[in-house]
Amino acid sequence: MSGKPKLHYFNGRGRMETIRWLLAAAGVEFEESYLEKKEDLTKLQKDGSLLFQQVPMVEMDGMKLVQTRAIANYIATKYNLCGKDLKERALIDMYVEGMFDLNELLMTYGYQPADKKEQHFANMMDKATNRYFPVFEKVLKDHGKDFLVGNQLSRADVQLLELILMAEEFKPDILAQFPLLQRFKARISNIPTIKKFLQPGSQRKPPVREEDVAKVIKIFY
Amino acid sequence: MEEARWNRFVGCWLQLGSRWIPAVSAGAHGMVEIDGMKMVQTRAILSYIAAKYNLYGKDLKERALIDMYVGGTDDLMGFILMFPFLSVEDKEKQRAFIVQKATSRYFPVYEKVLKDHGQDFLVGSNFTWADVHLLEAILMVEEKKSDVLSGFPQLQAFKARISSIPTIKKFLEPGSQRKPVPDDKYVETVRRVLRMYYDVKAN
Repeated sequence: MSGKPKLHYFNGRGRMETIRWLLAAAGVEFEESYLEKKEDLTKLQKDGSLLFQQVPMVEMDGMKLVQTRAIANYIATKYNLCGKDLKERALIDMYVEGMFDLNELLMTYGYQPADKKEQHFANMMDKATNRYFPVFEKVLKDHGKDFLVGNQLSRADVQLLELILMAEEFKPDILAQFPLLQRFKARISNIPTIKKFLQPGSQRKPPVREEDVAKVIKIFY
Repeated sequence: MEEARWNRFVGCWLQLGSRWIPAVSAGAHGMVEIDGMKMVQTRAILSYIAAKYNLYGKDLKERALIDMYVGGTDDLMGFILMFPFLSVEDKEKQRAFIVQKATSRYFPVYEKVLKDHGQDFLVGSNFTWADVHLLEAILMVEEKKSDVLSGFPQLQAFKARISSIPTIKKFLEPGSQRKPVPDDKYVETVRRVLRMYYDVKAN
């Protein structure tokens, strides 16, 4: 037993990617156990390892944590990425919930059936550029500080960078109207733990490829 | 003063939890003005209230348990959210789906938690957010099938116990701020104001 957190998921982003980002930003080494076929999921379910029969699941600190938000909350709190008090935490939580909403849209695009893809794409780009990014651009503009909340790195900064990079994969100039987000992106990408995570060979996962979608769906359905 | 604040926040979050979620989770925001902040995002609001009023456990590990349990009841209540907006035919399908998920995936978990530790509350030895959230989920599923707890003796006892906490009991009485089951007027209002939920399908 290594003492490192162990992540159980398929070898792709999905709902585990944000957790990988948080661990990486905190400088925490982690292991991964990949589900490759349905039997791998069934085995975990039969073992009683999955509280609600679902992944993501992270084994850490003697617990088998499930529920994406519960896992992310635990990691962020443990590694001081939640602000310094309740009010900062409230701000962070608000920002992060908006980010989860956008992340869900971006992440599920690859799994949409062909006849729904175009509409999904239009909707997610619209939400990114008209609902979410303007909010964070304004937050940065209003306080003029380097980080979204409280002048120190929090999960909000990490999760926003994750989102920006995902959105840019779909539209490379998506930050064209957001100069502060462009500078934010450069700044946060340069933080040593994050810079390392962005290099080839890290545990960061690539976007799902069309040819892998069927395989992933088979594991879960 | 404590009691009044307790009343206000329990009311606030149960209201948010049961009847405002469609608006907030769709991204068209319910908003709560609290402590000088205009808070949006249901989960952020609920977390703030729970932490402020000591309903979030005593340490990080209890908090993790609460978050996990609340995640489960959130998912379950999520299946019920879109129910009012479904066609009559899809409603029957969804009703069956909700009951199946409740009785095979979610209720057994909480039944086992209560059975294994034999305590009155889900986490630790005190009342937490997880307990309120589970009670709310139970009541919502019972609205779809009134005897849904028949295989779950621990949950039946839990329901009775939590319902009789004075502030909760008060909230469950007529005239409180708890919102009624969505009806056609609700559907029409939500569609008109938010301009969404026109084309909702069953799970």
